[in-house]
Amino acid sequence: MIMDLTGKTALVTGASRGIGRATTLSLARAGAAVVINYSSNEAAAEAVKKEIEGFGGSALVVRADVSDYSQCENLIKSAVDHFKRIDILVNNAGITRDNLLARMKTEEWQEVIDTNLNGVYNCCRAILRPLLKQKSGGRIINVASVAGIHGNSGQANYAASKGGVIAFSKTLAKELGSRDITVNAVAPGFIETEMTDVLSDEMKEQVLSRIALGRLGKPQEVAEVILFLASSAGYITGQVISVDGNLSM
Amino acid sequence: MSVESKVKDIIADQLEVAVDKLSKETTFEDIDADSLDIVELVMALEEEFDLEISDQEIENINSVGDVVKYIESKV
Repeated sequence: MIMDLTGKTALVTGASRGIGRATTLSLARAGAAVVINYSSNEAAAEAVKKEIEGFGGSALVVRADVSDYSQCENLIKSAVDHFKRIDILVNNAGITRDNLLARMKTEEWQEVIDTNLNGVYNCCRAILRPLLKQKSGGRIINVASVAGIHGNSGQANYAASKGGVIAFSKTLAKELGSRDITVNAVAPGFIETEMTDVLSDEMKEQVLSRIALGRLGKPQEVAEVILFLASSAGYITGQVISVDGNLSM
Repeated sequence: MSVESKVKDIIADQLEVAVDKLSKETTFEDIDADSLDIVELVMALEEEFDLEISDQEIENINSVGDVVKYIESKV
């Protein structure tokens, strides 16, 4: 299987931690020049850059809040200005504001939609012009969630945003197929990240009992699938790949 | 270079047709341009002539001559 991304540029949103970090490192190891986007943790983003430069890769750190369209435009522009091209976009930035709907505040709903769903729109919209202009295809991978497929109690906002990302990905795949731009979504289950660190032990026990593989996933295990979709998976588009250890929700 | 020859060059380049196949009467249907082709063409025109073309205006553009007329009215 060819996973050589030499000469390609990849942009990963929310790249400083968790799945984004593992994905960025994997893309860079495959030879891609990477743009490390973060919104709050600059030190973590710089650490990813340092690690990549440590094995001879090239990386650029750009701060941008993906919920803001003009910041996304600047993010894409920085990437293209610096590396002279853009080939791969991984929309990974995401947040949770868990609450039962009966207790959910409008801000909790809005913040999650703004970052998780509008953020994907913003980055995809902003990347289209340079991507189409290049006329050399492209790969867009959106990080959704099993919650967006099955729903998850306490996550109406998160599940709605991720379900939206899935429908968006399938649509964009149809719109851009003729330009050899593939668009896919990955749907991680419970992965060992800061996002799941906050779960109580009791909750974790309950979750584990529902996972066929009997353990949480590792960020690297999601990154491998994204790397595959970003490189050799030339004939896969409009799909949602669950990476969840066979979780029944 | 006249607007017409500039527009023809851009259309030829964007839609991969020979420039001598284009006349003012050539429609986008004649050269098999799909909706995304038109979007790409509009992006190229916006960049070349430094203007913004609205969706409504795009709907009224069906031929090479329409593009030339539109650009001439704007620049």
